[in-house]
Amino acid sequence: MSEPLLAVEGLTVVYGQFRALHGVDLHVDAGEIVSVIGANGAGKSSLLKAIVGYAHRAGGTIRLDGTDLRGRSTAQIVKAGIALVPEGRRLFPSLTVEENLAIGRSVGRAGEVTLQTVFDTFPMLAEKRRQPARELSGGQQQMVALGRALLANPRLLLCDEISLGLAPVIVNTLYEIIPTLAHRGIGLLIVEQDISRSLAVADRFYCLLEGSVTLTGRPAEVPRETVTRHYFGL
Amino acid sequence: MNTVGLANQIVQGILIGGLYALFASGLSISVGVMRFVNIAHGDLIVLVSFLLLALTASLHLPLPLAIAVALPIAFVGGYILQRYLFQRVLGKGILQIVLVTFGLSIIVENFLQGTFGADTERISGGGIETATLALPGGIGIGVLPLMIFVAAVVLIFALDRLLYTTQVGAHIRAVSDDVDAANLVGLSSPRIYAIAMGIVGVTVCISAAFMSVWQNFDPTSGPDRLLTAFEAVVLGGLGSLWGTLLGGIILGVAQAIGAQIDVSWQLLAGHLVFLVIFLIRPQGLFPRY
Repeated sequence: MSEPLLAVEGLTVVYGQFRALHGVDLHVDAGEIVSVIGANGAGKSSLLKAIVGYAHRAGGTIRLDGTDLRGRSTAQIVKAGIALVPEGRRLFPSLTVEENLAIGRSVGRAGEVTLQTVFDTFPMLAEKRRQPARELSGGQQQMVALGRALLANPRLLLCDEISLGLAPVIVNTLYEIIPTLAHRGIGLLIVEQDISRSLAVADRFYCLLEGSVTLTGRPAEVPRETVTRHYFGL
Repeated sequence: MNTVGLANQIVQGILIGGLYALFASGLSISVGVMRFVNIAHGDLIVLVSFLLLALTASLHLPLPLAIAVALPIAFVGGYILQRYLFQRVLGKGILQIVLVTFGLSIIVENFLQGTFGADTERISGGGIETATLALPGGIGIGVLPLMIFVAAVVLIFALDRLLYTTQVGAHIRAVSDDVDAANLVGLSSPRIYAIAMGIVGVTVCISAAFMSVWQNFDPTSGPDRLLTAFEAVVLGGLGSLWGTLLGGIILGVAQAIGAQIDVSWQLLAGHLVFLVIFLIRPQGLFPRY
């Protein structure tokens, strides 16, 4: 069997006394959309932060294309090809749209995605390229956050709650893009609280409960009732 | 007090405001980007002044060459200071960084006293110090103060362009906006902070070059420079470079007018004007943050 794009084994993340993740195993193949579902505090964001080297890893291994990422800084991990669309977008409010996007390009890998590609995907951003990010609507900011991550030309894209607080029409736009990215061979790991939305787009899913994986499978093959039961830990 | 005398003093005040803006430009960056007040800022200006003194007096380098030698040293010095000292205490609370920079201030002062003695020094500018331009109406402008003012405007313009038109400038503003977000998306904030402090080092070197020719200095001159710089930064509004220039000019003019009333009022007038404006507009004239 060939090496998956991302292989997480036995991942444990601890914040002080609190164990956010406990022995998590997970993998993502190139071109695959993998969804991580779970209630608030299940450890979803910790998982993504640990993968980009931002959360302190207490145990386990994370490999990108077979290379262990242990000891690498976030900057090095992003350069190696993992980009994160963080929860809450985390744009730089005083920087213009274009400057925010350019940061993605400067922290990432060389590749085919350019500023123009992002503007072709989100034409609205091209009109606002000189405006500070703080003047944008929530949906537009999320487009910038996604664009910034794409400009890093990632092999693996991590999306943390990209639909949170946005109008359904905007969320549809964002979720239409995800399969096209997978089609280009990018692996996607998507964290969502909105189960329906995230299972609809995913090839496989993992359900996290209190820091551990309690269920995994293909959305079409697992009854919805089983998913709900594991989601709430019933 | 006659009108020509007053006009003359105001012009001198504006020009000395340029020197204060030079002192303050670096502090403005460290406050605006790294979000801490470097208590040793004035002492670093004095330290580089002594470096220039050593290069010109002991090695007999011409001043422009000495400045050219000192500039890269100041950049690398600022980079190393931030990367290996200040960075260790950043984000650990306001008190830690204040104590570290305060300690650095004491170390620099004592090092200079031990090495150069407590004498008052000045670097020769080769006659430029005394050259004046006579303007119509009986107003005389010193060539050196005019050069300093022009240098301040050019430096602030250059810093502004650097911050707003270059990639490194965008990175510096990004970490200033939200350092956690910067680290999360793959910017290396310790490196960007260090570059910003290297740029501060360059401003310190330029300030030192002009100060050491225009004014007397000794190893204990630092805190006065820090106070002036700090007042100019606060008057101008945190993080606003052009505001810093205006803050420097306000202080310079206030001192000049104070000196007209009574010589002993010179410094006090500057502090009083600072206090009044600060009470009316604590956020400064052009706040950026």
